[in-house]
Amino acid sequence: MASQSTPDKNGSKSTWTLKTGLAQMLKGGVIMDVVTAEHAKIAEEAGAVAVMALERVPADIRAAGGVARMSDPEMIHSIMEAVTIPVMAKARIGHFVEAQVLEAIGVDYVDESEVLTPADLKYHIDKHAFKVPFVCGARDLGEALRRINEGAAMIRSKGEAGTGNIVEAVTHIRAITDAIIELSEMGPDAQEKRATDYRVPVELVRQVAKDAKLPVVLFCAGGIATPADAALMMQLGAEGNFVGSGIFKSADPARRAKAIVEATTHFRDAKLVAEVSRGLGEAMRGLSLESIPAQERLAVRGW
Amino acid sequence: MQSAVGNRRPLTARAGVLGLQGDFAEHLATLDRLGIEGVDVRRPEQLDEIDALIIPGGESTTIGKLASQYGIIDKLKDRVAEGMPVWGTCAGAIFIAKEVPGHPHPLASLMDMTVERNAFGRQLESFEADLDVEPLGPAPFHAVFIRAPRISRVGPGVEVLARLGDGTVVAARQGRLLATSFHPELTRDERFHRYFLSLGKT
Repeated sequence: MASQSTPDKNGSKSTWTLKTGLAQMLKGGVIMDVVTAEHAKIAEEAGAVAVMALERVPADIRAAGGVARMSDPEMIHSIMEAVTIPVMAKARIGHFVEAQVLEAIGVDYVDESEVLTPADLKYHIDKHAFKVPFVCGARDLGEALRRINEGAAMIRSKGEAGTGNIVEAVTHIRAITDAIIELSEMGPDAQEKRATDYRVPVELVRQVAKDAKLPVVLFCAGGIATPADAALMMQLGAEGNFVGSGIFKSADPARRAKAIVEATTHFRDAKLVAEVSRGLGEAMRGLSLESIPAQERLAVRGW
Repeated sequence: MQSAVGNRRPLTARAGVLGLQGDFAEHLATLDRLGIEGVDVRRPEQLDEIDALIIPGGESTTIGKLASQYGIIDKLKDRVAEGMPVWGTCAGAIFIAKEVPGHPHPLASLMDMTVERNAFGRQLESFEADLDVEPLGPAPFHAVFIRAPRISRVGPGVEVLARLGDGTVVAARQGRLLATSFHPELTRDERFHRYFLSLGKT
């Protein structure tokens, strides 16, 4: 063996390649919201690629009202101890100290999330300043690119969390993918104008136009309740799914979780989606969008 | 690219990448750059259509469950017995190892080695490092380790291909079986893919 360049296990850490790389490893998978170590084990056993540790699933946050904050570190730690798959946790929009705490606990990803009550109405967290990678929500391409420009290493379309209603998730993923196609068909001047509108560097816009995809992994979130919902989002261009209330608010969480995992993998195989959808028991009840007062919509948090 | 295997044309015509979960698209893109037809393998019968299989990075618990459930593991064992080369990267290395301490799901158990999951720690301990890999030639190989496993034991007949500075084994080969703790598919260096595709000839 050559003697130069002694490899060192203490090589560079927390690089952009490593931050975006973990999200690449999650592709084609399902990330499940869990509120206890027992839930986390059910999720892992069902084939989840990661879990999101939080005190209440979005449907309960919605029902409880009040201020929703970062979860108790003790609870997050107990979930990290319970499973071997990556553990994510949520910080409030702009609450960089909650993110510092989550990094100190050692979670694998921080979700700067509109599901919690925003802490800052002007700035999102400067995510480049952290060693831990971040995932952020977006309703459209401009929002996604602003988050990436701030250092988000993964994007999820927002949907409307805690509703079990897929309509907003569909709207948001379509807005993102349609705008990417539009961008790739534009001339350089129009791209420059788009970058100004989006308030992001033109280089980022050009990169997206050239690759015809985001420079980070794109998952879907906010409203998935059935295997068919999960397969729908994959066919619409999501690279994986977050499922929150849809699993543990259903009649048989373990079976439904497993079915949603299989539908996410075999999303083009309608026979298989049909098979796994049989006799799953009741899905979460769900909310029509019209029944939610404007001030209680979560997706409009963040900008 | 000049290297020990760089200018030889690989014999493999169609290479599969297990597409159940993980970064299979990155492997398919690398194969495409090498002019090899890649097949996204999700069903056992597809294993008959390919000359080599890559098992990508991802979550080994998820990939293991889905693979055993749909009969991919049994079929894969038959194809390996017939001499098909198989390469596991990261989760893929866990997937093909004979021994994985504490792993909750059935795995393919093909290569005589022990692989320990998350051996360096959680995401904050993920790292990049340059490795010397003899069959790839003198230039170091830049390796990306994400919540990576390590190869803690190799059986007789398993050749160690790369170690970290502290001696930790991170790449090994047993005949036509190849295992790496890291992700060559996340770099633009195609030497490991060329090396794997050349194994079908040995």
